[in-house]
Amino acid sequence: MPETTWQGYLRPDGRKGIRNTLLVVYTVQCAQFVAHEIAQGEQDTHVIGFPGCYDNEYAIRLMLALARHPNVGGVLAVGLGCEYTQPARIAEVVERSGRPSESFFIQEHGGTAESIHYGKALLASLRERASKVERVPMGWRDLTVGCECGGSDGTSGLAGNPVVGRFYDWLIDQGGTAVFEETVEMIGLREVLASRAATPEARLQIEQTYEKAERYCKSVRQYSISPGNFAGGLTTIEEKSLGAVAKSGTRPIQGVIRVAERPAHSGLWLMDSVPDETFMQFGYTNPNDTEGIMDLISAGSQIVLFVTGRGSVIGSPIAPLIKITGNSRTFQNMSGDIDFNAGTVLDGSSTMDKAATSLAGLIASTAAGEMTKPERLGHREYFIMYKHQDTPSLQEGCRA
Amino acid sequence: MNAECFQIDRRDNVATLLQDATEDTEVLVRGDTQATSLQCRALIRAGHKIAVCDIREGDHILKYGQPIGVATSAIARGEWVHLHNCRSLYDAKSSSLDLESGERKETRYA
Repeated sequence: MPETTWQGYLRPDGRKGIRNTLLVVYTVQCAQFVAHEIAQGEQDTHVIGFPGCYDNEYAIRLMLALARHPNVGGVLAVGLGCEYTQPARIAEVVERSGRPSESFFIQEHGGTAESIHYGKALLASLRERASKVERVPMGWRDLTVGCECGGSDGTSGLAGNPVVGRFYDWLIDQGGTAVFEETVEMIGLREVLASRAATPEARLQIEQTYEKAERYCKSVRQYSISPGNFAGGLTTIEEKSLGAVAKSGTRPIQGVIRVAERPAHSGLWLMDSVPDETFMQFGYTNPNDTEGIMDLISAGSQIVLFVTGRGSVIGSPIAPLIKITGNSRTFQNMSGDIDFNAGTVLDGSSTMDKAATSLAGLIASTAAGEMTKPERLGHREYFIMYKHQDTPSLQEGCRA
Repeated sequence: MNAECFQIDRRDNVATLLQDATEDTEVLVRGDTQATSLQCRALIRAGHKIAVCDIREGDHILKYGQPIGVATSAIARGEWVHLHNCRSLYDAKSSSLDLESGERKETRYA
């Protein structure tokens, strides 16, 4: 396994980034076009935003976590001028984190063309200030990695996820941090997960998180297993769930974090991204793959792994996405998009350990600045939607 | 005729077929395993599971080193392991599904 260090960007909170990205954040759909035009042609600038006019505490927490991510060097918040979410408040919080930030309302700057021009000028000054960040050596113990799977096929549970799990075990043994989620795909594994708790508190958190995911599945009357899964060879829901959980490896689970919350210390952490039961019912847990990837980035993951058996073309803002397939045919068909072929363990040309070592090498070179395939292609999909976590109960009302 | 299967964890008593296999196909076992090959004793489709050792009725079916269900009858090495001889420990309905299509037999289309 590679014993490696690389140069990172030191942030005032002590965390280290592997990129020094500028982020444009828009606060309502009406500002989305201007935000993207400001970032157009700026290689170091990514865009995220929230489309809703009515604000949502979950979405604000998520945007603030992303805006203060270790890979982010400076932030420009752009609003239209009449929405609930306030760009100036976002900029204040970012400024307090020790990063340069700016904000403005389009309505106060004369419309589209003037706002784009003004935004580009602000971006240039942010870039100037962000470039003064201190460079420091960084290693595995400074790294947080997330993993998601989507567009799965039979190879995901056999090769893609188990190879990531083997890497997770090794990363944690080096003092690093790893996060996994998708608790609604863990049905039937209450004891399997709880038995991996590092502490009695962690066990309680895992049991409660599992029970919440199960209540969610019951309330929407859907479990993650379908007739096609059985026809394809899966026999029980436990078997399918274990294939998804295989990406977490075998190390103890330190506890449960929620979206926009970061792990308290190194080790393996489970993320609960299932909405709370609230006055709007549950809502959706992960409406698409990108939403889950945003959750993992919000925990401070500097790199996210995405296991896709059938093949996906998405990327992500802020944290580079490394796309992994367990299907050698998919790797050949989509070689411009997929970064890593774990299918070598199935055809016998590699072993689980060798594949995990070579994945670690790819992660180290990505951390050192090498661009992943989605980064090179310019894929920066993002998704922030209304959701409720840690919100007041039905009795307390929506704005208590 | 030859086929291959993949065993994920050394403790597992099943492996996943990577190609279709029929009775008397010699199946090469890859992955975390001590077995090198075994004789297939039924028609088993790619993606489905083959027993890599003899399994007694009531034993756990192990994959990922963890129980994915319990054997509802004795299963010999080389046999197909699926809904007809493995029951979920969690989902009481799992063994009432159609063996080929996985469809729920009690759902009425009326």
